[in-house]
Amino acid sequence: MQGMKRRGLTKKQIRGYREFLYILPFLLLVLIFSYYPLYGWVYAFFDYRPPAPLSASKFVGFKWFVYMVENPTRLKKLLEVLRNTFAISGISLFFSWFPMVFAIFLNEIKCVPYKKFVQTVTTLPNFISWVLVFSVAFTIFNGDGVISNLAVNMGWIDRPVNYLLNSDHMWFKMWLWLTWKNAGWAAIMYLAAITGIDEELIEAAKVDGASRMKIIWHITIPGILPTYFVLVMLNLASFLNNGMEQYFVFRNQFNSDYINVLDLYVYDLSREIGGYPLSTAFSILKSIVSITLLFATNWISKKIRGTSII
Amino acid sequence: MGEPNKLESLNSIQTDKLKAIGAGGEADLKSRFVKYVPKRTKMRMSATDKLISVIVYVTYALLAFVCVYPFYYIFINTISNNEMSAKGKVFLVPIGFHLTNYAKVAKIEGLVRAAEVSVARTVVGTILTVVVAAFLGFMFTRESLWHRKLWFRFVAATMYFNAGIIPWYLTMRNLGLTNNFWGYIFPVAVQPFYIILCKTYVESVPSELQDAAEIDGAGTMTVFFRIILPVIKPIIATIAVFAAVAQWNSFQDTLLLVTDKNLYTLQFTLYNYLQSADSLASLVNSSTSVDSMAQLLATASTNTSIRMTVTMVVVTPIMLVYPFFQRFFTKGIMVGAVKG
Repeated sequence: MQGMKRRGLTKKQIRGYREFLYILPFLLLVLIFSYYPLYGWVYAFFDYRPPAPLSASKFVGFKWFVYMVENPTRLKKLLEVLRNTFAISGISLFFSWFPMVFAIFLNEIKCVPYKKFVQTVTTLPNFISWVLVFSVAFTIFNGDGVISNLAVNMGWIDRPVNYLLNSDHMWFKMWLWLTWKNAGWAAIMYLAAITGIDEELIEAAKVDGASRMKIIWHITIPGILPTYFVLVMLNLASFLNNGMEQYFVFRNQFNSDYINVLDLYVYDLSREIGGYPLSTAFSILKSIVSITLLFATNWISKKIRGTSII
Repeated sequence: MGEPNKLESLNSIQTDKLKAIGAGGEADLKSRFVKYVPKRTKMRMSATDKLISVIVYVTYALLAFVCVYPFYYIFINTISNNEMSAKGKVFLVPIGFHLTNYAKVAKIEGLVRAAEVSVARTVVGTILTVVVAAFLGFMFTRESLWHRKLWFRFVAATMYFNAGIIPWYLTMRNLGLTNNFWGYIFPVAVQPFYIILCKTYVESVPSELQDAAEIDGAGTMTVFFRIILPVIKPIIATIAVFAAVAQWNSFQDTLLLVTDKNLYTLQFTLYNYLQSADSLASLVNSSTSVDSMAQLLATASTNTSIRMTVTMVVVTPIMLVYPFFQRFFTKGIMVGAVKG
């Protein structure tokens, strides 16, 4: 059916413009809150000291970028922060198979009510905030917490111990809390992938006499390996982005040397007097590296799997 | 090898039965069969398999325990005698049941206000985010939309970059959204992830529905409200849960934007309590004087109970709502995963 032509515009085109007007307010929201802040990168090139406006500040070019590596104290701190970030992201990457294995063996549970119960319960920590996670950690590991009281009551130690003030194995502990919070949720994705595996393949294997472990090794794992691959690539792309909340709430004077990650450091810089330009400079570098990593992992994905991830 | 034949004969028996009662044609028969699930091929369990089963059941019981017990522990301690609680005697069942902790907490200055702020932002924020996600998800499926692909990429690209804390804060300040309730709502209203979820879901709705409505003369908005919205309820429920949880748990925006106590959220208030409890506890551990020690212990034990009570207040809404919606989003996510 021909659209009625009226002064060169079809009905469909008019509708198209009108629909654009409908979404325009939301596009403006995106523009204001996601794109416009990028203009803030300009602050990294000035000696910006609030409350003086930007126009009254001196333009200093790359001074702040150079400062962060030239100044010895700053450089030492930066290297320490990078070390922490790499360690925590590295451990995450190293154990990235955990949710997958969690899902595989969860799927092996034959008793459906029990399976559903475990799934419901283990995805619960995903829905509480990091502040609450810390509250739980506090309850368990504090001087008057579960573990300490248990140890005292059992006579293993004499005085209550506050395990939160201990800075040993900080990165591993952070990974443990991250896993406690996220593993159950990540497993859902793998479970979805597992249900996507062809039933007939499994039936055929069973008929051939394969044991459960053999089925897992030869059918299930290869079946969900693509999902795992995509998630590993995405993890790699956000290697520098550990988030700030988890480390902010768990930080105290005893563990701060090990718990300061890049995102948290950027926040700390912003709290310093005159720290806006330096903090912004770091944000810029971080964004550039993240985008580069994203394109790199996308390219790797194309090479290995033939499909891209974005 | 007799199994496959058994399946076929069972199927044919069903077919004959249906034919006998005069059921409809091929399509009708096929649709009835969707419900019929053939039994799994039975296999003999080897010893290793049985051992693995046991290990699996026990391991997952432990994992489930680790996820649940902390909350149970906190709960029974908030309704138990505070001294027993501080000594760590309460770990299986409540001892000395009382509700005064909750009464005390309700009287804490600022806590009720924080609760109001949290509830308000959760309700308002969720509604806006869901409306935006559903509407934009639908609009981006409209072929007629002017430069549809461009605007979609414009929105989706924001998932992959972040301007940074300071630029974001400066923007908010320039817009007057610091120390402002709407600073909690507008910046997070447009979420590309939710929009994509909706868009994928709408694409799975047969286009005949939209086409038929348009032939009958329905405009874009009519199609959205009358045709699409009722059909995409599952994904909307999913997104509503995500958005609500995100709003309820939100902490960083309060930290960065708000200095006015009247706009503190429950999360932020809880964080402040945790910080003061921490310093108190380390004082207790290092103090030597008996008198001050007893005094500090007394304050500390109440402090602990208050902290745990506030934790319960903050976590309870999530625990209540969560089981009901769990089935919604497992389905919703899986549809998205399969299609996307």
